[in-house]
Amino acid sequence: MDFQQIIQQLINGLGLGSIYALIALGYTMVYGVLRFINFAHSDVLMLGAFSAFYLAPLVQKMVGPESIMGGILVFVLSAAICACIGMLIEFLAYRPLRKRPKLTVLITAIGVSLFIEYTGQHAAVFGSATRAFPKILPEHQIHLGKLMLNSNDIIVPTVTIVLLAAMWFIVQKTRIGTAMRAVSFNQQAASLMGVPVNRIISFTFGLGSALAAIAGILYSIKAPGIEPLMGVQPGLRAFIAAVVGGIGNLPGAVLGGLLIGVVETFAGGIPGLSNYRDAIAFGILILILLFKPAGLLGRATIEKV
Amino acid sequence: MPLSGAKRWLIVGIALAVLASLGSGYMNRYYLGIANDVGIAIILATSLNLINGHTGQFSLGHAGFMAVGGYFAAWLSLKIGASFSPQTAKAMFPLSLLAGGLFAALIGLLVGVPSLRLKGDYLAIVTLGFGEIIRVVAQNTEAVGAASGLKGIPQYTTLGWTFGLAAVTVYCVTSIVNSTYGRGFLAVHDDEIAAESSGISTTRYKVVAFVTGAFFAGVAGGLYAHHKQFLSPTGFDWIKSIEIVVMVILGGMGRTVGVIAAAILLTLLPEFLREFSEYRMIIYALMIIFLMLLRPGGLFVFKTKRRPTA
Repeated sequence: MDFQQIIQQLINGLGLGSIYALIALGYTMVYGVLRFINFAHSDVLMLGAFSAFYLAPLVQKMVGPESIMGGILVFVLSAAICACIGMLIEFLAYRPLRKRPKLTVLITAIGVSLFIEYTGQHAAVFGSATRAFPKILPEHQIHLGKLMLNSNDIIVPTVTIVLLAAMWFIVQKTRIGTAMRAVSFNQQAASLMGVPVNRIISFTFGLGSALAAIAGILYSIKAPGIEPLMGVQPGLRAFIAAVVGGIGNLPGAVLGGLLIGVVETFAGGIPGLSNYRDAIAFGILILILLFKPAGLLGRATIEKV
Repeated sequence: MPLSGAKRWLIVGIALAVLASLGSGYMNRYYLGIANDVGIAIILATSLNLINGHTGQFSLGHAGFMAVGGYFAAWLSLKIGASFSPQTAKAMFPLSLLAGGLFAALIGLLVGVPSLRLKGDYLAIVTLGFGEIIRVVAQNTEAVGAASGLKGIPQYTTLGWTFGLAAVTVYCVTSIVNSTYGRGFLAVHDDEIAAESSGISTTRYKVVAFVTGAFFAGVAGGLYAHHKQFLSPTGFDWIKSIEIVVMVILGGMGRTVGVIAAAILLTLLPEFLREFSEYRMIIYALMIIFLMLLRPGGLFVFKTKRRPTA
């Protein structure tokens, strides 16, 4: 592998990693407020991709094909749809279980995930065949010396960085972000201080699902096609990324996502190792948890009796 | 000869299994297959019950151990059959099963010692990860057929073997848990900190539960391999682990009879739903959600009992 290839792989890896980071943010935020793994998150990602799949022709009819404006419109509408779906899932499936053991909620989440996947595979919904994803953004090839870049290679990290900055702003600087952090710190105390806990949790689900939808579209732009099970693999990787970075920790999720994306891309380029791609993320996870059980940026909690 | 309750059940179970085995020649092949599936599911669910139910360690990697045992036992059978004779391989079937179980237990030890330091969700994810790694390794190992799967495994599994071993599994798990030593598992489940302060080595109990569970999962895998005659890595993904977890939870974590009943029910359910095959998995998923919403303590639990005894 020469220098140029390494740079090329690095760019690919960072692109993939930033998508993982976006998905991981959703996992980590929900874990922050509810302390459980939202297994259905990866399916919201798939629903985001499918929303874009059905919206793109409609939007393009209105604003013309492959325009930046149309692209943004597709992103925003899909994110809005998925935010509603996320909040609906929380309201129907998780809210009644608020006081139950975490394990019950975890199994319910797995149930919700399977439900969305199998319903999606039904012929009357999306069907199980892989479909080609429409072009929603104009594409250009950019040559930088010997490096060849697709415009998508730049758009994906850019969108991610913008969204990450927005997330940071929402969580750290706004009233609702403060409330989110309060709920995550101590739900009971937050509710005693007048924070509307249920509304904050709902908002968190909406925000996470919107991010998942955008990540789903970005992922589909580069993927060969979309199908109802497309969310499972990136979802699993992103979840691992969230745990690697220290679940509940937003910068940690980003760091974990980039790490997994880059390592996976490089491993994919090495013959012999590429067959083990699916296992690599888990390998990283296990190594890191063995040495830092709270994740890279997570703080170890001391158990009080 | 005076026998304790559990032993009596063990003998009754094995006797019934042998009887069923003798009668299996008259059974429809389809029903025979399902009956074997039920027996294997009982072994899997009971062994996971020791880890998830009695000891309270949430493991999502049970299918991985099943795969280890299944592949190893099948590989042994094929090797013995090729180098000696199929008759020898058939006679060695119990040994192949045992070897598969022991190999799975060894992997369980390797996985358990580092990962059982983690708790709750983290443990769930790490075990899920190990399960996936085992699957990927199987997918890339030429000796066991790699991605196309291991074909031509001789059919040695009979009803006698599955239900006999199911009885043995249930007997072993309940006896371990109900022994003086086994109180430690329940102590770890109830309150880890209190158990630790009472001088119980929680890590050792967790590892013992994990290794024992892995052993029986490996045996179940061996039975499965010699029943289906074909192993494919995709059959051991984490959905399979979740199926086993759902059996344990529906049965009511740590309640042996409930878990067995759930294992039977959940194995038969897809067969009943075969007519609605299009909606089968959707119904299955909905069932998980509704059961968790309505009967989170288990399907067969009617009053809240503090201490699960058997």
